[in-house]
Amino acid sequence: MILFSGGPKTEEMVVVLPSADGQVGSVVVGRGVGRVVLDRPYLASRISSSGIQQTETLTKQSVLQEFRTTLAALPKRPISFVLYFISATDEPINEAKLELNKVLAELRERVVADIVLVGHTDRVGSDEANDILSLMRSERVKSDLVRHGVAAERIRIVGRGERELIVETADEVEEPRNRRVEVFVR
Amino acid sequence: MRTIVCTAALMFAVAAQAADIGQIKSAAGTVHIERVGKLIAAPIGSTVKQSDKLVTGADGTIGVTFLDNSLISAGPNSVLVLERYSYDPTTSAGRFDASLTKGTIAVVSGKMVKQKPESMRIRTPLTVMGVRGTEFVVRVDDSGS
Repeated sequence: MILFSGGPKTEEMVVVLPSADGQVGSVVVGRGVGRVVLDRPYLASRISSSGIQQTETLTKQSVLQEFRTTLAALPKRPISFVLYFISATDEPINEAKLELNKVLAELRERVVADIVLVGHTDRVGSDEANDILSLMRSERVKSDLVRHGVAAERIRIVGRGERELIVETADEVEEPRNRRVEVFVR
Repeated sequence: MRTIVCTAALMFAVAAQAADIGQIKSAAGTVHIERVGKLIAAPIGSTVKQSDKLVTGADGTIGVTFLDNSLISAGPNSVLVLERYSYDPTTSAGRFDASLTKGTIAVVSGKMVKQKPESMRIRTPLTVMGVRGTEFVVRVDDSGS
C-alpha cells in the first residue's frame, strides 16, 4: 500500500508499555483535535508521512522484539533505601547494617552508580542543631560506604534537618521513623 | 560584524559551562555527542548537557539517567536532541523537551512528570508527544534521507 511512491518513506510509531511498577501511564500523541491518548499497554499510534494517524494494539512479543536493542540500553531504574538512627546521634540502629548491605549489593549491580544521601532528624532539638545532625548522619553513611570501597566522588550528601517528616509530630517529640538517611542509588 | 562574533563567542562560553543534566549509564558501539558544533566521545559515566545531540551508528546504543530520574535510551542509527531541560529537585518541577530526528528511543518518565503531567515532551518530524507517564517507545523511520 504505497500512497506516495517516489517520495521519501517516513513513518513513525509510538507504543505505550506497562511500567515496571505495574502501572500503565499514558502518552498524548499529536496536537489539537487530532490528538490521541495512548493509555493501555502496547497501544500504538502510527503516523504516515502524509500525517495520517492510526491507533492499534500490538502484541507484547512484536514490540519487545522490534525494540529489544533499544530497551536493553535503558539504564537501571533508580532505587532508594532508608537507614534509621538512634536518637540524637549519628549512630545507625542495628538493622541499618542489613539495609546497608542491600545498598552495597545494588551498587555492585551498577557500572557507574551515583549516590545521593539525604539525612533527616525528628523534631527533638533546635532547627539549627537538626540541620547539623541530619548532615552528620549523611556523612556517617558516606564514610561507611567509602569504607566498603565505594568511591567518595560518586556520593553526594544532603542534610534536610527536620523539614521532611515521615510522621508529623509536635515539636520536641521523639519519632524513630523520622530519624533517617534516605539512600538514592541511580 | 564584530558584535556578532563577540556574541557568538559569549554563547559558546556559556554553553561550555552549562550544567550537567544527566549521566550516561550505558553506551555500546559507535556513539557520540554533538555539543556546540563539536563531536565528543560519550563513554559510560560521562555527563550530558542541555542542547546535546546524541548520535548512534549502525551498531550503537546509549542510555542516560537524568536529574529527575527520567531515563532515555536510543537504539542504533538514532539522532536525539536534548533541546531543553530544567529541574528543581526541591519542588520536582521541571521541563524536558527532546526531539527524535531518526531512529528509536525508549523512555521512562521521571519525577517532573509525576509532579506535572506533560512537562516532558518528545518531538519527532511528524508529531509531538506529551508524556503523562511512564514507559513508552518511539520509532522514526527515515529511509528518505
